[in-house]
Amino acid sequence: MAPLLSLKSVSKRFGAVVVADNIDLSLNEGEALGILGPNGAGKTSLFNMIAGVFSPDAGHIYYRGSDITKLTAAQRCRIGIGRSFQIPQPFGGLSVFENLCVTGFFGARGDHATVEARAVEVLDLTGMLPKANALASSLTLLERKRLELARALAGNPKLLLLDEIAGGLTPHECEDLIAAIRKIRATGVSVIWIEHVVHALLAVIDGLFVLNQGAKLAEGDPRTVMDSPEVHEIYLGVEADA
Amino acid sequence: MSAQSFRIERATPESRIALAAGPWWMDRNDMRLAGEFFVYLGLATLWNLLAGYAGLVSVGQQAYVGIGGYCLFALAIFLGVPPVLTVPLAGIVAAIIAVPVSWLVFRLKGAYFAIGTWVVAEVFLLLASQWSSLGGGSGISLPISLIRSIGSSRAMREYIIYYETVGVTVAIIVAVYILLRSRWGLALQAIRDGEMAAETCGVSVANAKRLLYVVACAGAAMIGALIFMSKLRISPTAAFSVNDWTAFVIFITVIGGIGRIEGPVIGTILFFLLRETLSDLGAWYLIVLGAAAVGVMLFAPKGIWGLLADRFGWQLFPVGRRLVLTGGNTPSAPSSSNT
Repeated sequence: MAPLLSLKSVSKRFGAVVVADNIDLSLNEGEALGILGPNGAGKTSLFNMIAGVFSPDAGHIYYRGSDITKLTAAQRCRIGIGRSFQIPQPFGGLSVFENLCVTGFFGARGDHATVEARAVEVLDLTGMLPKANALASSLTLLERKRLELARALAGNPKLLLLDEIAGGLTPHECEDLIAAIRKIRATGVSVIWIEHVVHALLAVIDGLFVLNQGAKLAEGDPRTVMDSPEVHEIYLGVEADA
Repeated sequence: MSAQSFRIERATPESRIALAAGPWWMDRNDMRLAGEFFVYLGLATLWNLLAGYAGLVSVGQQAYVGIGGYCLFALAIFLGVPPVLTVPLAGIVAAIIAVPVSWLVFRLKGAYFAIGTWVVAEVFLLLASQWSSLGGGSGISLPISLIRSIGSSRAMREYIIYYETVGVTVAIIVAVYILLRSRWGLALQAIRDGEMAAETCGVSVANAKRLLYVVACAGAAMIGALIFMSKLRISPTAAFSVNDWTAFVIFITVIGGIGRIEGPVIGTILFFLLRETLSDLGAWYLIVLGAAAVGVMLFAPKGIWGLLADRFGWQLFPVGRRLVLTGGNTPSAPSSSNT
């Protein structure tokens, strides 16, 4: 069976800056993959290419065996790729609930009853239910990050791309987030998670992919990868306790 | 996770009363002024849809007002179509023209799009000036026989044109309201708040914008046909006037509140109040209008309606979806009403 998502020799550069250098990546249905790397390593650019914000200069992206390299971001959302933005991009003039309805109607393409029920379910899961009718522009940064997760989930994704949603959380909030992502995984959703909060990442993922300067530095079992000398070198003193 | 019981509310009781009390301006006796009011209300509602929701800041909507006006004269004079029936036809013709124009101007973004649409409108002005069978640069009047075909007496004609104008504008507002309450309204508001995020949430931004542009251009042309049916005379400079059909319309939308249905309504009322009280001041009138626009943009960028709506939670045209949990806990700002 074809993997859920695979990237084959994907490359992208902006002028002299190489953000993706011949990346090969594969994710099977139901798996959770963590992506680590220093700032500017090309992690978010990788998400932008998977989600269709921009296309690679070379290489192909396959989803469930079919080539999606040429699909628009909207089309990729509809086939089940949900994405949260590192810098939250809420629809400020809409309520939290309505933000979720956008992905429900246009991503999951559900009818009213399905979309609304799914939105309520996701709000409950992410702890955003008390804020359901608040304008998204009135939310705090942490609430906006939770909205990013909730909005992506409301589209019923098969593959969820999470971009740094644990930063700035208290230990207790972080536990809640880990529990929520585990619940999401239990429903059969595959996850790729970019995160600097390594202990949160390790609590959820089955595989780890480390990027540096657009190129793959290491890949494999999370513990083994974290203990490898290359990863130590770029992370030494930064996340050494993780 | 426990299943939550809930229902969705589309309006608050206060907003329903306001909606019912909405048409208070209908019994104005100055029919000409009221007709003009509805012309500007319709144009501003359409411009608000373009700029306020889709981010398409067009400075060239006068192109379609002019096309609508010329459709009236061309269809009535050359094909003998009754003037009253040219209005929907003008909408269709403009929609057909707007499709290839959109291929051209949609290649441009932001300020370049604004300038591009203006240039396109100037091109249409020049084309109309070359149309010698419709009077070329000096324009043409509607022949007496065609004027009589609108209505037998002058009062009758003004009555018919007035009610057609009201009908078209009310239809535009109702259509925009229905559109914004639908799932497509959610998509348009999402595009307004963030194009990239909307696209990532499954909204085909480019298609939505093109469709909206074509529809807004068709609406502008229908109003254009009505404007020149009441004027009984058309010339290229009057038909394609950037001042009359775009600058004032932008002023109305910006002071009223861009990105809300109520904005153009409030803006048109304010514009007519200012115009009727200040028109004796000559050039000062335009200076006051300009100063008012600058003031609103600096101190109330969401417009007068945005200011009021934010402070008091007012809605004339409720388009939102309120989640009301019917079980135990209720989200913030509970409401006791039922739908």
